[in-house]
Amino acid sequence: MINQLLRALFILLIVRPLVLLAMGLNIRRRELLPVQGPAVIVANHNSHLDTLVILSLFPLKLLPKVRPVAAADYFLKNPLLAWFALNIIGIIPVQRATRGGNPLASSFDALQRGEILIIFPEGSRGNPEELTRFKKGVALISKKFPAVPISPLFLHGLGKALPRGEAVFVPFFCDAFVGAPRYWSGETESFIQDLEQQMSELATEGRFPVWE
Amino acid sequence: MISLQDLPIPENLVYVIASVFGLLTFSTLLVALMRRGKADEVHKELWLRVKSWWYMAGIFTFAIAINRTLSVIFLALLSFLALKEYLSMIPTRRADHRVLFWAYLAIPIQFYWVYAGWYGMFIIFIPVWVFLFLPFRMVLLGETQGFLRAIGTLSWGLMMTVFALSHAAYLLVLPESALVELAPATAIRQFDKSGAGLLFLLMVLTQFNDVAQYVWGKMIGGPKIIPKVSPGKTWAGFLGGMLSTSLLALVLGPLLSPMSLMMAGIGGAIIALAGFIGDVTISAIKRDLGVKDTGSTIPGHGGLLDRLDSLTYTAPVFFHYIRYFYY
Repeated sequence: MINQLLRALFILLIVRPLVLLAMGLNIRRRELLPVQGPAVIVANHNSHLDTLVILSLFPLKLLPKVRPVAAADYFLKNPLLAWFALNIIGIIPVQRATRGGNPLASSFDALQRGEILIIFPEGSRGNPEELTRFKKGVALISKKFPAVPISPLFLHGLGKALPRGEAVFVPFFCDAFVGAPRYWSGETESFIQDLEQQMSELATEGRFPVWE
Repeated sequence: MISLQDLPIPENLVYVIASVFGLLTFSTLLVALMRRGKADEVHKELWLRVKSWWYMAGIFTFAIAINRTLSVIFLALLSFLALKEYLSMIPTRRADHRVLFWAYLAIPIQFYWVYAGWYGMFIIFIPVWVFLFLPFRMVLLGETQGFLRAIGTLSWGLMMTVFALSHAAYLLVLPESALVELAPATAIRQFDKSGAGLLFLLMVLTQFNDVAQYVWGKMIGGPKIIPKVSPGKTWAGFLGGMLSTSLLALVLGPLLSPMSLMMAGIGGAIIALAGFIGDVTISAIKRDLGVKDTGSTIPGHGGLLDRLDSLTYTAPVFFHYIRYFYY
């Protein structure tokens, strides 16, 4: 309860001012974002800021339901970070290197509870502002929950603001393009391909200046 | 019951602000009348624009009416948003991450000089110290590919969005007594409270000129000035805007500043000319980058720089005009 309150305050007093003022958000088709769980947001991953921006998009009322799926080996490596990741960011930890058991079990449970998952299927932040191939986890989730909408969300600018390996934040406008939600198509390979295709199409909507 | 004397801004400014909001009300009613009984799309852009004017006028009035510290912070924030929009719009180099951080740091420092009223530092900090420091910091990165373009675009952006715009803020801290000494008999007796009147004068004339040039251009049309850069700009719009702005300056100038009638008229014409140049300069940048607007912050207007484009020229030009003759 107290953690939920801290989380709401963190989003309200730190994340939203950061997103709106220090960065500035240009969002297209916000109305396509899910308004209730269970649902899945699939986003490209460039920066730690990605999760914060996505969390800021949801009304506070819905916030307790919104859960980023994140790597256990990275975020649970020290107790302080673990506390912050689990309680304030509200991550669902997933083991990247499986040691028996289903790494997606906790995600399945969350959807069963009617939560909204945030998934970065690229698996890592990688090179900033570059799309990479999606991992299969999101297809496995969709296969198990064919009625749950999967909404793609393309983010740009956050990799410029705080790329991997940089400790200093530099303000840049952030673009967020929401795509139409999709459902299980019946086949893993094509599902992932279609999702990648949709993400690439969202990416071409923007006119982004060169950054290299 | 509080009287006008208790307000933190001069009495004259209160009347001028009231007139601005009166004009805004009139325009809103006019556009609403044009849209009455028609489909939602009719004049939608115009409607959004009028709505945004209310927000901008409201926020700006609030920012200058409370006190000088808040006004300087507000203008620093405006500079920050403008620089952010500029840097998000132009090509940048990944290697320059930390250089950009230093560039942003120039904003609070520059506006501190304004706040402190340290004119000597205010006027050289960005054109000399920041101008010399940033390329040095960039050299230390060791990335020479695209060096000239990177430092050139960054320096120009800082000059426009921070140095030029900070001149508007410096109007607030010009020595107060000069006004009273120069024009003790005119209506500006209340002016001693702050330079908010000067800032308001600059803003109103600049924005009025934008609108006037647009309206005259639309009404008369005719030959264009620089069709390759800005196809909408006609001689009729430019000259009509200049005439209208000078007339408005004749009314407002003596009321809000130490300017005589003639000087106010000339001031209005100068603002009209500078505003035009600022406008087409940002237009040229947009053409070069292949974008229609500099952003989407202000509904109906585009980005912040689409609204502040004229001010990047009018602020320094008007500032030096009035400073040279009166302070």
